[in-house]
Amino acid sequence: MELLGRRDLWWRRLIVAIPYLWLFVFFALPFLIILKISLADPIMARPPFSETVSADNFIFLLNDKLYAITYLRSIVLAAAATVLCLLLGFPMAYGIARSTPAVRSFLLLLIVLPFWISFLLRVYAWMGLLNNYGVVNNLLIWLGVIDQPLQIMYTDFAIFLGLTYSYLPFMILPLYATLERMDLDLVDAALDLGASRTAAFWDITWPLARPGVVAGCLLVFIPAMGEYVIPYLLGGPEAMMIGRVLFDEFYFNRDWPLASAVAIMLLVILVVPIVFLQRNQAREAESAA
Amino acid sequence: MRRQSRLILTVLAFGYAFLYIPLVSVVVYSFNDSRLAAVWGGFSTRWYGELLKNEQILDATFLSLQIAATSATFATILGTMAGLVLVRFGRFRGKTLFSGMLTSPLVMPEVITGLSLLLLFVTLQQLVGWPGQRGFSTITIAHTTFSMAYVAVIVRSRLAAMDQSLEDAAMDLGCRPTRVLFDVTLPLIAPAMIAGWLLSFTLSLDDLVIASFVSGPGSNTLPMVIFSKVKLGVTPDINALASIFILIVSTGLVISWLLLRRRTTAS
Repeated sequence: MELLGRRDLWWRRLIVAIPYLWLFVFFALPFLIILKISLADPIMARPPFSETVSADNFIFLLNDKLYAITYLRSIVLAAAATVLCLLLGFPMAYGIARSTPAVRSFLLLLIVLPFWISFLLRVYAWMGLLNNYGVVNNLLIWLGVIDQPLQIMYTDFAIFLGLTYSYLPFMILPLYATLERMDLDLVDAALDLGASRTAAFWDITWPLARPGVVAGCLLVFIPAMGEYVIPYLLGGPEAMMIGRVLFDEFYFNRDWPLASAVAIMLLVILVVPIVFLQRNQAREAESAA
Repeated sequence: MRRQSRLILTVLAFGYAFLYIPLVSVVVYSFNDSRLAAVWGGFSTRWYGELLKNEQILDATFLSLQIAATSATFATILGTMAGLVLVRFGRFRGKTLFSGMLTSPLVMPEVITGLSLLLLFVTLQQLVGWPGQRGFSTITIAHTTFSMAYVAVIVRSRLAAMDQSLEDAAMDLGCRPTRVLFDVTLPLIAPAMIAGWLLSFTLSLDDLVIASFVSGPGSNTLPMVIFSKVKLGVTPDINALASIFILIVSTGLVISWLLLRRRTTAS
């Protein structure tokens, strides 16, 4: 690459510049704008924000109990869904990684398939299962477990189920990737040397699977935190999550500065997990190379 | 191969049931003649017929397909460039910022991406008068931006796994870098580019939140129309639509899986 002609050098610069410029204009710049508007005040004009700079929106957000509860509820629901995804996803990924190659590729296909079907339609499918006259209630009544339909739709529990269902593949795939690489002889050796199955799991399998666990948990938690569709369709009107609050603040209250501030606060909460995830991925890429 | 423990098999069965029961139930109910989900009114395909007569849905589908094809094409071009830059261009000033900007859209919550892009378009409109109207162009730009990150990741891993000796050989034989790129590198990473295009297409077709933010009045994508209908509850024609989606996706994936398996067992 040392003997580059002038023309080639220009060509090289062009290949860097085009995506760079695109990302700057359509990704970095919008953030600076959001930051600027979050510091403005709402006014009755087009566009509906002032040119002034103040921290009023953030002070309001920090002092308003309703927003604190909403942020907290989002964290709790996203965390609960992450835990259930891990409890379900770990044995599944383990089972897939340990099956014969032919079976394994089919099982993986079944994990990836829902990814390619519309997210919205998959969430919608749960509405048909969970509503008062839905499949779950009909089944429970038919079995004689209950005689009145249970209110499952429009509750936090429905959101929790929807989040777990939608993001389970995000947990399974990175877990599978690490478990598949793992050397099973290590577990055998530990068992031969007299370790119990539990000890072998906690001392060998779990530490080796940790990068996959970290990646999976973050890939579930981060998008679940900002989820809009699931709380809207499955949750009740009072069961708000922060993504929905942001949307409503923007569209129904037309308070652009406050919506921007809500977005910035969400980002502040997510910045630690996002940085953690990117470092984890970089380390993984290095160790794989 | 060791035998799987009973616990693992149970969780696997439960997990797959969890993933697939909702899809199966939608397909079953799409053939329900009754408008009410609670009663089974007998087998019927009438909701499929109604779907084909619904112009709002047909228009939205057409718009969504156009946006998906356009944004996937742009995303593939830009994402391939970005992947090349990351793997083959060595270090340069601003590379950390570049890779940061490239991979962040992958993990950014959709509401934030959508809001920030809309605010950008509004600001641009005031400053330079573009975009005059939000719709096809603004949605396409938004989808290109997050899809190119996925393409770049796929292209990057393909490039990283690839042997650089072919490119080096072409260079040693006096090939110009431009020729090397078009005659050697791009044909080699073509499968990754195709995979990236397909993924981008699907992501674009799938997106509700970002499109809702950056679209203007009158331009409704398919997810937006679906959302406005299902907000009010279960509707039978959406069951039919979902079933068509499920059918197309599973057929496509199973065929490509069979082809891939034949190739790997042959080699």
